[in-house]
Amino acid sequence: MTPVQAIIAKELRTAFVSPIVYVVGAVFLLIYGFLAYLYVVNAGSQAVRLMQLQGAAPQLNLNELVFRPTFYSMAIILMLVLPILTMRVFAEERKLRTFELLMTCPIRMNEVIIGKFLALLFLYLGMLALTGIVPLILATYSSFDWNPVLTGYLGLVLMGALFLATGVLASAMTENQVVAAFLSFGFLLLVWLLGLLGSVLGDTPVGNTIAYLSFIDHYDRLVRGLVDSKDLIYYLSGIVLMLFFAHRVLDSQRWK
Amino acid sequence: MIEVQGVTKRYGDHTAIERVTFSVAKGEVLAFLGPNGAGKTSTMRILACYMPATEGTARVAGFDCFEQPLEVKRRIGYLPENPPLYQELTVTEYLTFVGRIKGMNAGELRSGLARVLERLALGSVRRRLIANLSRGYQQRVGLAQALLNDPPVLILDEPTLGLDPKQIIEIRELIKSLAGSHTVILSTHILPEATAVCQRVVIIHAGRIVAEDTPEQLSSRLRRSEKISVVVKTPPPDLADRFRALPGVLNVFASTETGGFLLECDLGRDLREELARFVVGNGWGLLELKTVSMTLEDVFLLLTQHEEGMEPREDGAEEARQETAPTQEPSST
Repeated sequence: MTPVQAIIAKELRTAFVSPIVYVVGAVFLLIYGFLAYLYVVNAGSQAVRLMQLQGAAPQLNLNELVFRPTFYSMAIILMLVLPILTMRVFAEERKLRTFELLMTCPIRMNEVIIGKFLALLFLYLGMLALTGIVPLILATYSSFDWNPVLTGYLGLVLMGALFLATGVLASAMTENQVVAAFLSFGFLLLVWLLGLLGSVLGDTPVGNTIAYLSFIDHYDRLVRGLVDSKDLIYYLSGIVLMLFFAHRVLDSQRWK
Repeated sequence: MIEVQGVTKRYGDHTAIERVTFSVAKGEVLAFLGPNGAGKTSTMRILACYMPATEGTARVAGFDCFEQPLEVKRRIGYLPENPPLYQELTVTEYLTFVGRIKGMNAGELRSGLARVLERLALGSVRRRLIANLSRGYQQRVGLAQALLNDPPVLILDEPTLGLDPKQIIEIRELIKSLAGSHTVILSTHILPEATAVCQRVVIIHAGRIVAEDTPEQLSSRLRRSEKISVVVKTPPPDLADRFRALPGVLNVFASTETGGFLLECDLGRDLREELARFVVGNGWGLLELKTVSMTLEDVFLLLTQHEEGMEPREDGAEEARQETAPTQEPSST
């Protein structure tokens, strides 16, 4: 077993002992299920209304009526939920001095960071996989285009991974878990608002640059079914950058 | 095996240790003795590559702690001041995790685990959550972690903290049994511990090394005078003054109810014979006559109290060093 695998195994083990994962997972799935239900009911009532007007059963676009709004709402839910998942990852190690053990064992800092990030990613992917039940149920009762749903999930994976990397950085910056959660939440909210600023400024060089920096535009394209290497590179480089900063922050603390 | 050369560590304006220099030979057990806040933990953290020194070099097993930390980390077992335990893991899970990040393969891990569980008497709690263990068990799990891969160098920060007297003796025996095959540096503020376990003691105070020697030599060389205890059966009322009048006697402390006297005499002069003749010749009845040697505790207090009440580090430490300098010479060769 390599050191990275050892870190992943330990992180997953401790995650399932603490109540955080269960609470976060349950709340996440509950909100997701409620939202999906809301949009499905909304689609149903629209169908009834159209039937009364036209007198015949209409062909509803579930992609537009259910999946797209659900994916958009997910961005905000993840912004709230993922910082809770990431807050303890380094803050707790530092608070309880177990960080001293990691730093005096023959394991590199980047192995620790990558191991912890991957463990968080696995937890998140597990949560996400459970949401797959909604498209599966809908697929048995109606038909829709699977492609935008799958690219939407790709967007969720990439954006969520970026949120997780941001959370890892925030957790590396403090010993206090509440501060870590709030730092990553605040930062993500700011970057999201940056995207709104970009769209307000419109199609100008400044507006485009600002819009590019925010994660929301890139996610929007994936949800609409467009897979562009530009967007993939944005997320992957963002993840690497956040983890690199986390490395620098943790390294610099040893010098104080 | 361990070489520390002029190491200084500053946290902002605060200097934790200043120009600390010492070395530990292979197979030796060295105690780092000092009051709380003297800089013991800082020194150990530098040796364990947890943090870099501000100045100076530290080398373990020939590798520089700053240049080749991974090589150093492979060769050390480190027990920090607070045992670094994951409360939500069981003892076996925890030790397995530590073994894996120390790069042990499955076979090494199995034998290492069996060995430390047996040596530290952790077998009965190996399936329990660390959070539910008593302080003494937790400390031993911390030690087990350091010993797991049987490293040649052990850095133990207060290894007997939180243990009960029986466990303390067991851990001391364990550390003694490591001597010879392992190089051990341990810190403590408990003096008997240093005398019981270590071949050599480094006394550190306010970030500086104030003395370094074997426990026996430390106490003998820091005596300023020979001390002799005399117990007399029927002392005349003016015996203290009569003692004082003897050649070579510097000072006399008397406790009249027991008939006991403590005599301070010239250094390097044994007055026991003359005193015996003096007391017996006068027919007072000599009950007891013996030299009193300073315990390490006395030495420790003597060294660390010098600086108390003095102005911050700079001049205070200079003065302390001058005071100890003359007495250092005879025994250092």
